[in-house]
Amino acid sequence: MAIPLSYNFRNLVVRKTTTIMTALGIALTVSVLLAVLALMTGLQAALHSTGDPLDILVLRKGSDSELISNLERADYQTVKFMPGIARNRHDDPLASLEMVTVINLVSVDAPDGNNITLRGLAPLGMELRQGLHIVSGRWFETGKREVVVGEAIAKRYPAARMGKKLQFGKGEWDVVGVMSAGQSATNSEIFADLNQVSSDFGRIEVLSSILVRARDEVEADALIKRISTDQRMNVTAQSEKSYYDAQTSSGLPVTVLGLFVSVIMAVGSSFAAMNTMFAAVARRAREIGTLRVLGFSRGSILLSFFAESVLLSAFGGLIGCLLVLPLNGVTTGVGNFSTFAETSFNFTVTPQIMIAGVGFAMLLGALGGFFPAHSASKKEILTALREA
Amino acid sequence: MLRHLPLILKNCWRNRRRTILTVLSISVSLCLLGVMMAIYHAFYFQEASPYQALRLIVRNRVSLAFGMPQFYRDKIQQIPGVRDTCIEQWFGGIYIDRRPEHMFARFAVEPAKKLNMRGEMQMPEDQKKAFVNERTACIVGRALATKQNFQLGQKITLQGDIFPYNLELTIRGIFDAPENDEVLYFNRDYLEESLPVRRRGSAGEINILAAGVEDVPRIETAVDDLFHNSTIQTKTETESAFSLSFVSMLGNVKAFLLAVLGAVTFTILLVSANTIAMSVRERVREVGILKTLGYTPADILGIILGEAVVIATAGGVLGIVLASFMTGVVRRAPTLMDQLQHLTLPPQVAAVCLAVAALIGLLSALVPAFNASRMSILDALRSTD
Repeated sequence: MAIPLSYNFRNLVVRKTTTIMTALGIALTVSVLLAVLALMTGLQAALHSTGDPLDILVLRKGSDSELISNLERADYQTVKFMPGIARNRHDDPLASLEMVTVINLVSVDAPDGNNITLRGLAPLGMELRQGLHIVSGRWFETGKREVVVGEAIAKRYPAARMGKKLQFGKGEWDVVGVMSAGQSATNSEIFADLNQVSSDFGRIEVLSSILVRARDEVEADALIKRISTDQRMNVTAQSEKSYYDAQTSSGLPVTVLGLFVSVIMAVGSSFAAMNTMFAAVARRAREIGTLRVLGFSRGSILLSFFAESVLLSAFGGLIGCLLVLPLNGVTTGVGNFSTFAETSFNFTVTPQIMIAGVGFAMLLGALGGFFPAHSASKKEILTALREA
Repeated sequence: MLRHLPLILKNCWRNRRRTILTVLSISVSLCLLGVMMAIYHAFYFQEASPYQALRLIVRNRVSLAFGMPQFYRDKIQQIPGVRDTCIEQWFGGIYIDRRPEHMFARFAVEPAKKLNMRGEMQMPEDQKKAFVNERTACIVGRALATKQNFQLGQKITLQGDIFPYNLELTIRGIFDAPENDEVLYFNRDYLEESLPVRRRGSAGEINILAAGVEDVPRIETAVDDLFHNSTIQTKTETESAFSLSFVSMLGNVKAFLLAVLGAVTFTILLVSANTIAMSVRERVREVGILKTLGYTPADILGIILGEAVVIATAGGVLGIVLASFMTGVVRRAPTLMDQLQHLTLPPQVAAVCLAVAALIGLLSALVPAFNASRMSILDALRSTD
């Protein structure tokens, strides 16, 4: 017969100082892990929701980012008239020629400035991006030196708010609007007129990429093959989704470091949990004896102490979740070594990662609780009763 | 206090399992503390070597991804206090495949100038000569040669991506240098010849060698002022500041490291406080007996505090040993951060770790030790647990 769980619960309450201290140790370990997971989830959300599976990105062969790719205007003409491309209501093929570069913006926490992606594109490019909308202000006008900034940029860089002027290229640009595209990477970009940008950067003929919308998924695969194998151009095509998914690797260094830290901290906390449980077993030797006399088997003693340890650490895991909650929604950014630009995103604490955190804590408790529970179950009734 | 040492040590060893677990727990946390502090130290406190202190790097103000016109160099050369300049171009590209272990820094440089620039590079004269004279020659740092198993005379192919041209290079030299030795240098002329005319004449970065350390701050502002009104503005910084800007690309590393340091320190405090509280609670009666034998409250305080300090310090020593092993692991891991390629546990960091451990031991025992020392003999003797 199993010993009721309320017995363990009451024990934890009685020894509240020890319980709280051990649980806090576990909570800190869990919160480090959760912070890393929240960072990774936020970055993935930002990059993942950017790509539409029907959207195809065309880059120069061999370049793995839009920034280092360069395409000739002639390539655009070739791609634009390929079959399989969706058309808008004016019967124009949905293919957008774009130029991508980076500019330096200064903020409070980066006095030396960070690199921000600047994208020159035609109105067709905005039409292609579903979910993209203006939050305040208006879109830039073709032929004018105006820019629209992503929501995350406006939030992080005071110099890029509505009504301010940005200095890049050959002069000043007016910030006329703030745009939002849900969680996507577009939020950390700046949009401006293609011809204005390309002439400012001396790249009228040499642009960066072409974004194409396929008619349907079957056509998308065919189109990717058709563009990549076209002998007239030296380009490759891939779905926009796979392009952005590949870029999540920019969060890798911080993630690896964070996981390394939380695993090491976990080892330390499980030793601490083991210590607490051994002390509990020693202090309750007489209780254990009594339980045995009452007829509880060795197995149920083992189970009971094991459960107590898991309960203790689950409690720690819950505190850890609480500790990390304020981080939810905090905006941060990581640089990307292939684009040399920064992606802004929010720490995202989801229920899934909180469950993962509590699970991790319970695993710690299980590891730390096994040996003490084992030693408790091995006690002989008589010696246990006789112990002080 | 010192005369109680045998008693303190005996007390520590009484509940062996608990002491060992506590020491292990503290040492693991302290190992982390040590590694994090070593990384922090390497990033933000590392003194520039005398050679590094003389060097500056000029780049396009907007981004490293763009170059500057080559003639900027001639203008920079005119600035008083500039001893020499060298154009450097990041090549990127792929060696064998895209796996991280095959990723290392590759720069197109002007051979003779680079050798002059980095006076700390040690290489036999004939290898230097081959590097300068042979167009397709390249040289690699000793650490890189060891990792990639490069031999003199070996031919390697770099597949271009930023520059879509493949380069066939021959390793003509292996140099020794105290830092920045996981890098490959090849002749910029070779790269320029492969490029179409419209892409030639661009400089990715321009390195400056100053005549003296006192010239460095002046040159730093002079260069940027020189090009302030040009279409392409520059950003000039010392070599160490330049490498730090790569660290900031990883995200807010400083905040991350400090947050982890805080969490780890607090965890150690909790673990240690918990242990001491447990062991004091078990020994209340014993304290009463000690008091009847004539031990003063100060003695009791000293004995309990001493026990905590001894256990925490033992954890600290083990932690430092673990940390110096971990820094070795980090050194061997593939990374493009030069600061991490030479990560060691500096003595001052080790000392700080030990001090932190001892201090935490002291702090954690303060409350239980104080309570025990003030308890009346009767209460202590009456205690049953």
